[in-house]
Amino acid sequence: MMLRNKLSKIGAKVLAMLYFFGGLAILSGRAVRWTFLAPLKRGRVLEQARKAGVDSLPIVALISLFIGVIFTFQIAYLMQRLGSEMYIATIVALSLVRELGPVITALIVAGRVGAAITAEIGSMQVTEQIDALQTLSVSPIRYLVVPRLIALALMLPLLTLYADIIGIFGGYLICVYKLGISSTIYTKMTFDALLFKDLFTGLGKTVVFGMVIALVSCYEGFNVQGGSEGVGRATMKAVVTSFILIIATDCFFTALFYFIFP
Amino acid sequence: MIEIKKLHKSFGGRKVLDGVDLKIPEGRTLVIIGRSGCGKSVLLKHIIGLLKPDSGGVFVDGVDISRLKEEELERVRRSIEMVFQSGALFDSLTVGENVGFRYLEHGGMEKNALKERVRESLALVGLYSIEEMLPSELSGGMKKRVAVARAICTGPRIILYDEPTTGVDPITADSINRLMRSLHDKLKVTSIVVTHDMKSAYSVADRIAMLYEGRIIAEGTPAEIQHSADPVVQQFINGLSTGPITDTSSVHSGAK
Repeated sequence: MMLRNKLSKIGAKVLAMLYFFGGLAILSGRAVRWTFLAPLKRGRVLEQARKAGVDSLPIVALISLFIGVIFTFQIAYLMQRLGSEMYIATIVALSLVRELGPVITALIVAGRVGAAITAEIGSMQVTEQIDALQTLSVSPIRYLVVPRLIALALMLPLLTLYADIIGIFGGYLICVYKLGISSTIYTKMTFDALLFKDLFTGLGKTVVFGMVIALVSCYEGFNVQGGSEGVGRATMKAVVTSFILIIATDCFFTALFYFIFP
Repeated sequence: MIEIKKLHKSFGGRKVLDGVDLKIPEGRTLVIIGRSGCGKSVLLKHIIGLLKPDSGGVFVDGVDISRLKEEELERVRRSIEMVFQSGALFDSLTVGENVGFRYLEHGGMEKNALKERVRESLALVGLYSIEEMLPSELSGGMKKRVAVARAICTGPRIILYDEPTTGVDPITADSINRLMRSLHDKLKVTSIVVTHDMKSAYSVADRIAMLYEGRIIAEGTPAEIQHSADPVVQQFINGLSTGPITDTSSVHSGAK
């Protein structure tokens, strides 16, 4: 009996997961279709780009600076033991551009922008505004999802580039003012270390991260049930799901790029 | 002409609509009454195609809208407007943008002409110079009026009202009833009103239908409904706490 209960619980979870991925796939298909089908309302995309991108600049700058500083200290600890302090800049630049910058930025945006998207669409759902859109012959996917999808897919690479620069600057501050490495050497080692493929793979995957955040957040917003408590639950679910999918997607792309650009 | 034929709808195994049959002639006002949660709003959402029936159909001018694809449905919806229970005004837009929303999205009207149309629509519901306000700055009654203004802005042939007088004070409720009546007289629209407010029902209806246990159990003019021999109808319209509706042991006879 206990085994049966456990199996039915596992079955229910698997079904819920399949339902989620099925729903997400349908939403993605419709969003892509509307992106190309209907004329784009540029003002609406710019508005979302402002909310997702420009308004995120302070928090991204602050966290990237801290990450750059912390990471440099940790690397310095190891490199000093190995007597290879001059490679600190190389490791900091590569790690930030290839991995830390894209993932940290995506997680910040998922928490800040994704949560706001789910809460906004969820509130619209419980107050019948989504139904009202449909009765006014406006597709909620065209009106709500497409501008957010495009804005996040465009803004996340730009925010990541910004985060990379600030993070490297954080490393520069520690190396130059604390560890005594010359400014010229730090800058030279940073630029020598970075190849085009590092920047390309680092920024390329953030386009997908942005799309994942937009689609998951919108999907959870549309599926809100049960009033304001439901909005809170959906917002939490959207952030957690986005986090997991960002890391899983990152894992996939890292493996893929490892083989494509060895 | 709207015709609903043998409409069935269940949610999670619970039957909400169990074979609804209704006819609403052109230019008339039908009020659907029934207890909260009996499926009135679900029925309304089928009429505008927001929900698909499990079986049966909703025919608008002979076209079964429950079988239409989304694009075809959007065309049909251009002649139908709905006033939602909460108003469902878009929070991020001004009152003016809410009222002229359909034209702003689909085009078809020059900017100054639209401004004038929005002003006229708001004047018809007794609101003036509030175009630049946000919905959050309005009272509950004003929100409902703006929702009605949004519905009449495009000159629809059919307007659906979901609990138009719920949650507003009696004076505002009366003014909304008068508004619905005058819109009906001036614009000759076909209206379907869902409510459990009997005062509102008597004041606006050409005909009244009562939804109970997923079916229409009584239909007639306000006078006919008032004199119905059905104990379920009598309990509901008189607002009695005892009777066949609340007595779970009794089974409805189905008398009309």
